[in-house]
Amino acid sequence: MSKSTAYKVPIGPIHPSLEEPMTFNFEIAGERIQSVDLAPGDNHRGIEFMGRNRNIVQIIYLAERICGICSASHPFAFCRAVENAAGIEVPPRAEYIRVIIAELERIHSHILWAGVAAHELGFDSVLYLSWKVREEVMDLLEIITGNRVNYGMFMIGGVRRDITEQQIPRIRKTIEYYKDVYQKLEDVFLDDPSIAVRTKNVGVLTYEDALRLASVGPTTRASGVKKDVRQDQPYSAYADLDIKAITPDIHTGEVNGDVYDRIIVRVLEVLQSVQIVEYCLNHLPEGEILSEPKIAKLLANLKKAKGEGVGRHEAPRGEVIHYVKLNELENPEVWKARAPTYNNLMSWVPMLQNQEVADIPIVIASIDPCIGCMDRVTLTDSETYKQQVLTREELRQLSIEKTRRMLK
Amino acid sequence: MNKMRRSGDNNMEYYNPEGLLSYLKENLPESILDSRIDSKKAGVKQEEFHNIWIEVKREKFRDTVKLLMNLQYPHIAIIAGNDTGQSIDLIYLFSIFYGEKFKEISLNVKVSLDRENPSIRSISDLIPGAQTTEREIKEMLGVEFVGLPDMHNIFLPYDFPKDIFPLRKGQKGLDELVQQESEGDKN
Repeated sequence: MSKSTAYKVPIGPIHPSLEEPMTFNFEIAGERIQSVDLAPGDNHRGIEFMGRNRNIVQIIYLAERICGICSASHPFAFCRAVENAAGIEVPPRAEYIRVIIAELERIHSHILWAGVAAHELGFDSVLYLSWKVREEVMDLLEIITGNRVNYGMFMIGGVRRDITEQQIPRIRKTIEYYKDVYQKLEDVFLDDPSIAVRTKNVGVLTYEDALRLASVGPTTRASGVKKDVRQDQPYSAYADLDIKAITPDIHTGEVNGDVYDRIIVRVLEVLQSVQIVEYCLNHLPEGEILSEPKIAKLLANLKKAKGEGVGRHEAPRGEVIHYVKLNELENPEVWKARAPTYNNLMSWVPMLQNQEVADIPIVIASIDPCIGCMDRVTLTDSETYKQQVLTREELRQLSIEKTRRMLK
Repeated sequence: MNKMRRSGDNNMEYYNPEGLLSYLKENLPESILDSRIDSKKAGVKQEEFHNIWIEVKREKFRDTVKLLMNLQYPHIAIIAGNDTGQSIDLIYLFSIFYGEKFKEISLNVKVSLDRENPSIRSISDLIPGAQTTEREIKEMLGVEFVGLPDMHNIFLPYDFPKDIFPLRKGQKGLDELVQQESEGDKN
């Protein structure tokens, strides 16, 4: 057998935690990845097709179920698209409540991601501790909205539930909690040498590639592209705030575009979100929360509406964008929804090139695709067709062993 | 050529929506069929943000993208496709001038294609990030993107019938496919 035998390593296709199960077909020489081919679509649910048979209000709930973690982001973007198409104004109080929910979601999403990243590297105690920290915001979301996920807060022209006077001290308690705990997050994820040693110069995405591949969210910001819808084209309460896109040079003075930089961006964004929630709470305007509280009347108005609109929102993983075309029908003529992972797919290709097999889990996890879908990995010897199946657990074990080796 | 300027770059020239529109109109004479600027207000301070909607001739779409590349590397979010019954409309959602507060403009470019033979040049050589969305439109609406490097299905199975496009209105054959699938499951 020649030494240059390339092993074909398909990873995927499904993992229950992923909204878009993926297959990765790797070609591997020794420990190095030579090429990767992506094959998503194993769980394409045809949501846009389903939307054709639903009215606008029903679609809000469908949009909410595109993703369990971004369950505020999709209805946020969809409602904005419809409001832009039909020319509906949203009361200021509702704009602030929307942003509070969206930012609370970002806090829980980023901390969830940080925990999973630690898990992939073999620091399970960090996983448990960070998810314990995450519970605080999950409890708060449950108190405000009634649900831990799929909050059901968004409605065309506003929000469905108000934030009451009694809830405000509880929200402040959470803000204080995260301010206290934030330094620890920084200590563990940014100042600890063992995470740095496994993530620095791993899975690099250059500035140019981030632009070329149209990547979004923390993935693109970690490569130095200052792109954040909340900054570039602010909407809702974000327009009143002075938000700056967070890039890793704020913390380290340089941009490398590696996995470590993606950790920096997400950790810093947790603090940014806490500050946004605090600002919104301090400046929460009085007034209505819905422009049209009667759903039947709202639907009748929408049935007369004609026009097209784009709704954008900076979700935890990047920009969510919805396009809606209304044409005096009960259902929208077109509804197009795009989740951030869709645009970040391609950035895996340069990131994974020339990496080691043991780095696959953390590089795949680093764009936060609802985490790596590595159910099983098949190693195939291309000459003998002998198959060796690696379970997700074994692959993770490779990752852990590498961490241990490097710490020795 | 490609201006991969760092956002926040001092040399970066920002256009307001009127400026961007007249820049495109000057450089693409008689190719912009329709255009409008849609400005909305945001927040308590009521500051404005802008959407530009234009429709360009199919032959000139590539030039439009090249023109944008002279300003800043345009970000392509997605292509929204619409089967109107008479034509297949593609709405390319771009954003440009990101990096500074309230400077970004959403540029939505519509291109109308012949429904019988929908075909357009791929822009994935200019913006590789457009590949995913072009492949999706190709398999869902049956639009041919000339020059697309990877013609495989991306979301649909590789063995999906080549003449069925699920998001075309009134597409026949979908029910039979579902029927076959569910019978296959039983066996």
